[in-house]
Amino acid sequence: MIAASAAIAGRPLARAVRWRGLSVRLDSRGAIGSLVLAVLLLVVGCWSISVGDFPVPIGDVIRTLLGRGTSSSEFIVGTLRLPRVLTGAMVGASFGVSGAIFQSLAKNPLGSPDVIGFTFGSALGAVLVIVIVDGAGSLAVSTGAVVGGMATALVVFVCAWRRGVQAHRLVLVGIGVGYAVAALTDYLLTRANISDAQRATVWLTGSLNGRSWEHVRPVGAGLLVLMPLAMWMGRSLRVLELGDDTAAALGIRLGRTRLAIVVVGVLLAALATASAGPIAFVALMAPPIARRLMHAPGITIVPTALVGALLTVSADLMARRLLAPLELPVGIFTAVLGAPYLLWLLTREARTGEL
Amino acid sequence: MSAMTIDGTEHIPDLEPESRLGAENVRLAYDSHVVVDGLSLSIPDGKVTAIVGANACGKSTLLRALARLLRPTSGRVVLDGVDIHQMKTREVARRLGLLPQTSTCPPGIRVADLVARGRSPHQRLLQQWSPADEKSVREALIATATLDLADRPIDELSGGQRQRVWIAMALAQATPLLLLDEPTTFLDIAHQMDVLDLIVDLNNQRGTTVVMVLHDLNQACRYADHIVAMRGGSIVANGEPRDVITAELVEEVFGLACIVITDPLAGTPLVVPRVRREAAPRAPLMFAESAI
Repeated sequence: MIAASAAIAGRPLARAVRWRGLSVRLDSRGAIGSLVLAVLLLVVGCWSISVGDFPVPIGDVIRTLLGRGTSSSEFIVGTLRLPRVLTGAMVGASFGVSGAIFQSLAKNPLGSPDVIGFTFGSALGAVLVIVIVDGAGSLAVSTGAVVGGMATALVVFVCAWRRGVQAHRLVLVGIGVGYAVAALTDYLLTRANISDAQRATVWLTGSLNGRSWEHVRPVGAGLLVLMPLAMWMGRSLRVLELGDDTAAALGIRLGRTRLAIVVVGVLLAALATASAGPIAFVALMAPPIARRLMHAPGITIVPTALVGALLTVSADLMARRLLAPLELPVGIFTAVLGAPYLLWLLTREARTGEL
Repeated sequence: MSAMTIDGTEHIPDLEPESRLGAENVRLAYDSHVVVDGLSLSIPDGKVTAIVGANACGKSTLLRALARLLRPTSGRVVLDGVDIHQMKTREVARRLGLLPQTSTCPPGIRVADLVARGRSPHQRLLQQWSPADEKSVREALIATATLDLADRPIDELSGGQRQRVWIAMALAQATPLLLLDEPTTFLDIAHQMDVLDLIVDLNNQRGTTVVMVLHDLNQACRYADHIVAMRGGSIVANGEPRDVITAELVEEVFGLACIVITDPLAGTPLVVPRVRREAAPRAPLMFAESAI
């Protein structure tokens, strides 16, 4: 104990770089971990671009990405496969961060948007647009998804509200509303014409098939705005994790802050859903994996985004190659990974009585 | 404010004490249920004030209002001459710290990281860890004897250690005023004393104004400079323990028959509850006697 205290006495409690009056905290484990994840993501991404019916050697993939490819590799990489991988990565990142936000708000690993119905709400909004508007473009579908997600979040929060929102109420109400919304979606499908219904069904499983730059753009633009916002809000979230009273005593304006955080979280999930459908369980799994990898106390935004991207791109690679030439929707593979995790969570929570 | 001493002579009051924090004619309610009505109070600066009273007398509600967690439906809580609800949350958080009854913490968080979160009202996006932050957190850890635990996950600590860590977090906030809601709950008697000693030391060394809600009247008498006794949402007595704690007051506030003697160690009032029935020689007789 004495040795330990001497060691602690000698070094700072947190490392930071300082310049004039400014200071930024350094988290070497987080930085190195994020770097490793980014490299892994790059590797899996290139691998995913290289394999397929027309294999492109990794060297050619990298040359093409750097703008020095042949016209055929340019077409396969640039038009067919890169948008797919990019969409996958960005959608995964969005789901991951959205999951981190809601799990942190709910202080419960089950509080992720795919469990508490927000993703289903976005799906309903998108399917509504697909079914009602003939040949709806991605912007219209995105709008539908955002409106659907927001509306569902509103319903869930209003129903779960009882002098503040308690985690277990939020989760249970969210699950219930999610089912109702999913039932509405199913009903819509039975009323739709066959081609719309088919398009909607594939999309509902969560699929990256045939993603083009048209799908990259909305989620890309959304991430560009929402990621910095999420990182900024991460500071408030880390204080909110200490409970409402403590957070208020530490200078957080509870209502306003939480509203802003919910809006960002719903937007992230909705944009991701609009681009690739409600890919299951990425939002549920990515945050705890990231936290454990980084040994982070509380929410970590960047590592979670990278883990979400890596999960989605890897699952898509498996979905494309495991039963090749048959390409399965990526949502099936994330579900295969996620369902056992959800079961484990539920049994653990039932045992510890946390839910 | 003057108070009557036991022998009936009027205690000569000191000059009106300076007060940075106070309530002016506040009405406090949860939804339509009014808990406190028309209450005014000035918290003496640089002193330890204990709010005591029976369960549901409104003492925690009053503390929540003083801490800006509850908005009065009428009247106002004043901090440094300004209505506390007119001030920015962050500004309040730099002057007034709070240890609530319950807090949650993310699983696996290290003690140093948790205590560091107490600095958040002083931090900005690009002022994440100033030398002042480092200094305050270190001093808070030293004051609460938790520096040795700095690298330990909080889930591994005992209840007493954990409470010291939460107090350290409130200390790291480095506010001139500190409110504590039942800081000794869930602790065994030795750890209760540790925590109260720590709070009094803090008051002595830093001059921090402390307001705490306490359950134990004798602890309040021993550790507080100033006692506010509440009953049914109103203040029944307000003053130094030796002036206000009488058998009549305890009877009135807690409905407890007692005598008040002088604590042989601290010289402060000590409440000794009366035995309700004479000691029974044999167990079966107890029921018979109490039935009489």
